[in-house]
Amino acid sequence: MGFRRSLLLATVAATALVSAAEANTLKWGANRDIGSLDPYSYGDSFTINVLNHVYEGLVRYDRDLKIEPALATSWEIMEDGVTWRFTLREGVKFHNGNDFTAEDVVASLERVSDETSPLKGNLPAYVSSKVVDDHTVDVTLNGTYPLLLNDLTNIHIFDKTWLVENNAEKPTDIGAGVEGFATYHANGTGPFIVESRQPDAKTVFVKNPDWWDTPQHNIDRIELTPVTSAATRVAALLSGEINFTNDAPVQDLPRLEAAPNVDVLEGVDLRTVMIGFSFRDALANGEANPFKDVKVREAMYKAIDLEALHKKVMRGKSRVAAAAVAPPIPGYDEALDVLPGYDPDAAKAMLAEAGVPEGLEFNFNCLQDGLVNEEQICQAVASMWSRVGLAPKLDVAPRAVQTPKRTNGQTDTYTLGWATLPMLDAYSPLLQIFHTKEGNSGVFNWGGWSFPELDALVQEAGSELDTQKRLGLETDALKVVKDEFIMLPLHQQPMAWAVTTDVKEMPLFPDNKPRLWYAKM
Amino acid sequence: MLAFLIKRTANGILVMLAVAFLAFMIFRFFGDPVEMMVNEQATQAERAELRERLGLNDGFLVQYARFVTNAAQGEFGISYRNQQDVMVLIGERFPATFELVIVATVLSLLVGIPLGVVTAIHREKRAADALQIGSIVGVSLPSFVVGILLILVFSVTLGWLPAFGRGETVDIGWWSTGFLTPSGRMALVLPALSLSLFQITLVMRLVRAEMLETMRTDFVKFARARGLPARTIHWRHALRNCLMPVITLTGMQIGNLIAFALVTETVFQWPGMGLLFIQAVTFVDIPVMAAYLMLVSFIFVTLNTLVDVTYAFVDPRLKDDALAAGGARG
Repeated sequence: MGFRRSLLLATVAATALVSAAEANTLKWGANRDIGSLDPYSYGDSFTINVLNHVYEGLVRYDRDLKIEPALATSWEIMEDGVTWRFTLREGVKFHNGNDFTAEDVVASLERVSDETSPLKGNLPAYVSSKVVDDHTVDVTLNGTYPLLLNDLTNIHIFDKTWLVENNAEKPTDIGAGVEGFATYHANGTGPFIVESRQPDAKTVFVKNPDWWDTPQHNIDRIELTPVTSAATRVAALLSGEINFTNDAPVQDLPRLEAAPNVDVLEGVDLRTVMIGFSFRDALANGEANPFKDVKVREAMYKAIDLEALHKKVMRGKSRVAAAAVAPPIPGYDEALDVLPGYDPDAAKAMLAEAGVPEGLEFNFNCLQDGLVNEEQICQAVASMWSRVGLAPKLDVAPRAVQTPKRTNGQTDTYTLGWATLPMLDAYSPLLQIFHTKEGNSGVFNWGGWSFPELDALVQEAGSELDTQKRLGLETDALKVVKDEFIMLPLHQQPMAWAVTTDVKEMPLFPDNKPRLWYAKM
Repeated sequence: MLAFLIKRTANGILVMLAVAFLAFMIFRFFGDPVEMMVNEQATQAERAELRERLGLNDGFLVQYARFVTNAAQGEFGISYRNQQDVMVLIGERFPATFELVIVATVLSLLVGIPLGVVTAIHREKRAADALQIGSIVGVSLPSFVVGILLILVFSVTLGWLPAFGRGETVDIGWWSTGFLTPSGRMALVLPALSLSLFQITLVMRLVRAEMLETMRTDFVKFARARGLPARTIHWRHALRNCLMPVITLTGMQIGNLIAFALVTETVFQWPGMGLLFIQAVTFVDIPVMAAYLMLVSFIFVTLNTLVDVTYAFVDPRLKDDALAAGGARG
């Protein structure tokens, strides 16, 4: 087909004939398949992102990643400060023709918050919800909480009648080992309807003609085919078997750019790549841990040549960073994004002053299948540290192997990338990474640090409903992160999508999520 | 004979139990499925709870015993990642792998046998030597390299064949076949070719060696003396005597091809059992990994047992040897 298409497109008249004759089919070659058709099944952003074409939330992100109404048209916080009242959009229908009402919202929120739901953490403040009337819903939270809307962008709304009919009111409980109906079937309100699914082979979505919103896309059909092998994916794009991929391998970008039938879309991801330290008394090998000293952490930062990383390892495609969140994230402050200045001599002197022994051995934990070029980043950083008289031992393995080591505190230094998804707010890393590890906070505080003044700021921000005030508090907390060198930011990583020239419009989003309801062919 | 059969079956079951035991020992080093299943916002308590529900906190002997007990009842649980019944998942993927392996096997016989005969007959010719050397290359190239090369030539440069997937498939009962549609047949070519390359060289070398031996036998000399044309002698009389070992080898190799298909399926995004297994490894999907390993070891054990039993029928001495080695009286 591919080589004949160019002949067909020889004239404008022919083009008109073709597009009239065949529907616009977008063939999307992803680097993996979605886990199932049930967005509440597996804590996986990609699955949620793909199923967002079928299911929708009460609110959604617009083209600029600002929150806008979706299935809810408006909302207000009630007198008590913990109840939110949502007014729902009228005249919305599910794909099976059922009307969308308040009952559906309650059933969906209950389902996602069920104790067996792996996605429970996506709606952390939820306590209960109740139907006020057909198009009004009250949601009660466990306290004043400013980020409910951010959370709700990722909570898809199901049809209650459909759930009840198919005995799927509860999410599939893997522990029980029983299959669920929603794994194989889907019924949402979104711009596309699932037509068929063959796991690992092809999932087909067709345009929903009765979508409540005015379509900004002209796609009739999406065929999602996973192509896990990067080389095969590139080949399929070159031969025109797929015409969009949301993961163009960095090493193949020059080749794709040189191809006449392919356009590469490049941008900088929101994901900030950082290096973390253990703050425990001893290193993994039992030696005393010098990383508890802020001067040592600062020296380790000065020893890293961020520019060289950007140029050599990331081929100039990353954005060098010194702040823990990317510029588009609310809470970001330019004043905190000042680079440390590469100075290996000063670093060496500072390390000596802090009493760090020459040739200090410690482990450096990296993922094989994690961030963009992660292995090369780690090798480069390790050699820079070696240059100032340290002896890091690189430990590279797949995520599944490394994560337990990280969570059990067996890592002296490690990499971590954080994009603040799905919240898109600085509150996300502050609560999840930088807060002391206690209760629901600091789940990713793998170093075991604790800064009470930072915790106080984060907690205050977590219940401050005034946005400006809240962001001020978050910036103050980020300043503590910066001054204490809790983690060392390196860069925001590059992202690259690629389309064939059949695709006319494909907006690239910094959260690296395709939103095909904005795509045109 | 009955004692022999019972013994072989018991052996097979022991092998399967050993495979499961080793698998469960290895799974503990694969990592933590819970970290892959929950998302970034899950709390520590939620993670611990899920681990408990999945029974991952139990000792490995407990987990192994539970697996064997369930497996004996045909229960393999549901996949952590897809939340589908594991046996259904594997059943869905089996036809793809099976068709790929069958086509690769047929291809290896169709190409390997003639090449073997030709290289045996024309031993002194340059072309035959070239084929011999070529076969060494074929054996030594890793199959993912072969796959990528084939894709580069036939998909990207020439645009003749698809680079990935199975094309359109037709469902016949629970079996999905790619034989009945043009795109399905096209999609089979490259993966089957890349999978069969190693097998082709194997068949070719075996046929060549057998032919050389047969050509020296008396009945070939008599046939020559009777003045039969060389073509008849080579392709009818001599080749017939070479085929028995080739058939045995092909049968024994099917298990290996299923194992090898893993790499080919990954390169060509062929939705078979190998691809399923590779993805299960990535996601620490223990139920799928365990079931796949059991199934593949079952195929191996069955094939080996069949070959042994067939030989025992053909040549009873082998049976006595096997029993004597096992210390039993037949």
